[in-house]
Amino acid sequence: MPNGRMEFMGDVYSIWLREMIRYVRARSRVVTSLITPLLWLIIFGSGFSSSLSFGGPGGSTNYINFLAPGILGMTVLFTSIFSGMSVMFDKEFGFMKEILVAPVSRTSIVLGKALGGTTQASIQALMILALSTFIGVRISGTLGLGAALVLILVTIFFIGMGFVGLGISIASRLENIEGFQVVSNLLVLPIFFLSGAFFPVTSLPSWMKFLVNINPLAYGVDALRYAVTGLHTYALTLDLAVVFGFFVLMTVIGSILFRNVR
Amino acid sequence: MKAIETHDLFKRFENVEAVKGINLEIEEGELFGLLGPNGAGKTTTISMLCTIVRPTSGSASIYGHDVKKEPGTVRGLIGIVFQDPSLDDNLTGRENLDFHGRLYKVPRSEIAGRIKDVLELVELSDKADVIVKKYSGGMKRRLEIARGLLHHPKVLFLDEPTLGLDPQTRRHIWEYIERLNKEKQITMILTTHYMDEADQLCDRIAIVDHGKIVAMDTPDNLKHDVGGDVVIMTVPNGGEQLKVKLEQLEFVKSTQLVDGALRLSVDKGETAIPIFMDVARQEGIAVPSISLHEPTLEDIFIKYTGREIRTQEAADGFANMHARGRR
Repeated sequence: MPNGRMEFMGDVYSIWLREMIRYVRARSRVVTSLITPLLWLIIFGSGFSSSLSFGGPGGSTNYINFLAPGILGMTVLFTSIFSGMSVMFDKEFGFMKEILVAPVSRTSIVLGKALGGTTQASIQALMILALSTFIGVRISGTLGLGAALVLILVTIFFIGMGFVGLGISIASRLENIEGFQVVSNLLVLPIFFLSGAFFPVTSLPSWMKFLVNINPLAYGVDALRYAVTGLHTYALTLDLAVVFGFFVLMTVIGSILFRNVR
Repeated sequence: MKAIETHDLFKRFENVEAVKGINLEIEEGELFGLLGPNGAGKTTTISMLCTIVRPTSGSASIYGHDVKKEPGTVRGLIGIVFQDPSLDDNLTGRENLDFHGRLYKVPRSEIAGRIKDVLELVELSDKADVIVKKYSGGMKRRLEIARGLLHHPKVLFLDEPTLGLDPQTRRHIWEYIERLNKEKQITMILTTHYMDEADQLCDRIAIVDHGKIVAMDTPDNLKHDVGGDVVIMTVPNGGEQLKVKLEQLEFVKSTQLVDGALRLSVDKGETAIPIFMDVARQEGIAVPSISLHEPTLEDIFIKYTGREIRTQEAADGFANMHARGRR
């Protein structure tokens, strides 16, 4: 590998490593952030499971299995957008200056942070997946268990990187943490609600259908749902193309906006 | 080659001209001070030298490397201790240093040894594995200084290194700074608005006011400029009148009236005071107190700017508040 690229990878790794040390150190926060998605899954899932079941291309399933991929998507969405907030914290508490004056490229900072946030999101999501087996969620799709897990990891990686990128983009433009919270809350809930996490998106009113169709998380949830249940709305190739495109787009936008951070 | 050289360095932020043409030549190994009130342009000047802020016009170079054209090279040559805290509070002291070492490409085989060295230097070895959140203000400052040295920079920038610290810690930090400068021959640029700090530490001082250098020399030469002794008379009323009278005395080298205090520089203060009191009595002007001291940088600052450094700060603070209120 050429020297420049070695250095670049080293910088990405350093930034990632710091994010991970901070993550591991905030153990109590990690545990509490598992509670919300689990509550959704247990209460909504068990509540509706008794009376609802879903069918579609690829078979049928009970509601808790239907909901589980949506909750995985939600976990990734929340964790990664808020890890973009680390840019905000670093600005607020002065550490950003230490990073910005170092002989390190801006792109490596963005990539390191995005990979850090995505790693955290993946760990959170996999913990949710593991815990959800205790309340009856089963990977029961047409894919084998191994292939399903690979698909889950790949999907989580792309939507994670995309939403950390979105978080970094927002954090790069804003001056304070309060502003970040307002903007991200304004985005997070609609993205979540319109992702098909709770309900099938096949027979929605057309305005809602439109919003779902332009929501990258909808494709992520669809791919996750295909892996877990075998059900899907879009073609798997479309799902993967969209989440991959979203990852590339947000990483580029994040890198560009981050260049103006001071 | 000069360690630092600037030519007509100029910075405008929107409508504010923060730095209005600064020319510096700083030698290798020099401990150089930028002294001035808050808002004088010291931090902006340093930020341009550190490649954080881009100069509007003019040029600056560190060991011949232009800050605009080769920011990457410059960043590898310099260490910075920022005015505001810049540590990761959730990491330990050692982890903060390790992260810094990685970013600055300190060879991994050397990193443990270097961390040990800098921690010993600032006497934080026993706190290395404590989370920074639990450090005191002085400890954090020392860790930041240690961090600034970890990658063996040729130039170390210290922006208000002792701001907000208690007197004992300040003196401690001064010792570290002096030792580093002497032992490691690191060129250092320090900004401060503490007169005693500049006086104690610096080989040369530039007095900065309103974005310009108004005087630049060694502390001793600057003081010599002011003259033998400084006599300060408190004159609540009739200060102007007394000033005019005393100016006529031939041994009075200069006079200044600042906030009801008349400052006179004279060759021999002991003999001047009785004469001053006689004049005041003849004029019927009350002088509740009178003092005599050797010239300090404070006197020099007043001579060149016509204000005390503290009153200036208060005024700036008020102006800022006012400006913010109107926005």
